[in-house]
Amino acid sequence: MTQNGTGEGRRKGERKKLDTRVDFTPMVDMIMLLLTFFMLATTLSKPQTMEIALPAKETGIDDKNKTLAKASEAVTLYLGANDKVYYFMGEPEPQTPNFLQQTDYSADGLRKILLEKNRKAVVKVMELKDKKLRMQISQEDFDSELSKIKTEDGTPTVIIKPLDNSNYDNLVSALDEMLICSVGKYAITSIDENDKKMLANSNVDFKAVE
Amino acid sequence: MGKIKVKKKDTWIDMTPMSDVMVLLLTFFMLTSTFLKPEPLTVATPMSVSEIKIPEINVLSVLVSPEGQVFLDLDGQEDRVKALETMADNYNIQLTDQEKYDFSIGTSFGAPMQAFKQFMALSDDQRSEELPKLGIPTDSTDNQFKGWVLAAREIKGKDMVIAIKADAKTPYPAIQNVMSSLQDLKENRYNLITSLREVAPPSLSDN
Repeated sequence: MTQNGTGEGRRKGERKKLDTRVDFTPMVDMIMLLLTFFMLATTLSKPQTMEIALPAKETGIDDKNKTLAKASEAVTLYLGANDKVYYFMGEPEPQTPNFLQQTDYSADGLRKILLEKNRKAVVKVMELKDKKLRMQISQEDFDSELSKIKTEDGTPTVIIKPLDNSNYDNLVSALDEMLICSVGKYAITSIDENDKKMLANSNVDFKAVE
Repeated sequence: MGKIKVKKKDTWIDMTPMSDVMVLLLTFFMLTSTFLKPEPLTVATPMSVSEIKIPEINVLSVLVSPEGQVFLDLDGQEDRVKALETMADNYNIQLTDQEKYDFSIGTSFGAPMQAFKQFMALSDDQRSEELPKLGIPTDSTDNQFKGWVLAAREIKGKDMVIAIKADAKTPYPAIQNVMSSLQDLKENRYNLITSLREVAPPSLSDN
């Protein structure tokens, strides 16, 4: 383009054509540096959360508890020390030996018990999730349907009673099991005098660790 | 017959496409990044299968240390100042503009109101060193935690989300303390910050 191929020299006065190519290497170096910095400094994944709603104190949690505990579907969990869970189904019967059973947070422990108890709802939730995956149902319908299944009659009510020697991880694990096992009705309450007596009878330590 | 002339290759590589891509990536990371907020203590959150994400704004985050200390963090500089003013009024503390400004640009706070003046008089470095030793009082005689939550709720309105972030090893009484304080204020909905755990879908044995 610059030469006509005639071998004729550059005419006088014609400017020397400048090479317009710019060396990008330093720029690339710098961008690479910045990119590395941002990649390392960013937190791409936001932390996960679980939502919990607890009943207000004023609404008479004791009354509610009684009605909950009366139901034959009730499951009462005591979260104890060393990642142990003590539980009983239905009404407390302290006279019966070994009525308070012990389990843990593993898949074969608490989850198995709750899944068995909540089998009907779990199956329905699984069907519903399947429907959702095949896009046969909208998000809103899914949500309303889900909460309906989780709270309908016959589903267990779980009362979670963390003992003073349990830790936060235990509480979250227990709440997690509620989510996994599609348990819609659950409450977190503190232990009362009756619970203390019963736990003491069953040789369960419930005192806070110093 | 001349020697075989090795053609001199041009070693110049065109960097333009590469720099194009890199600028694109850089822009992406710059726009999507949210910087880690420094926290007075690093806590290991428990694992959970819940996949709900926490919103970025309108959050009152409550940090509970394994020892039961409570720290708070509120977003929005103006809102922080307003919350601080409310609290200072309650405890009859006169604040200077400098203190308000220092507080507004800070992150987590945890000094009891009685020691607030002394705490703000420290330098930045000293403050971040001292903070882990402090904590907002949550006991029943002087529950400043309630005061802060109340002030934050008033300023931020009903859309504010309360997020509790606690170490997995925190003993339950410490958590219960925070939870019952919230319950007293009729704050019955809040989030627990967890990290994601993968769990196989529940399988029902056929029997």
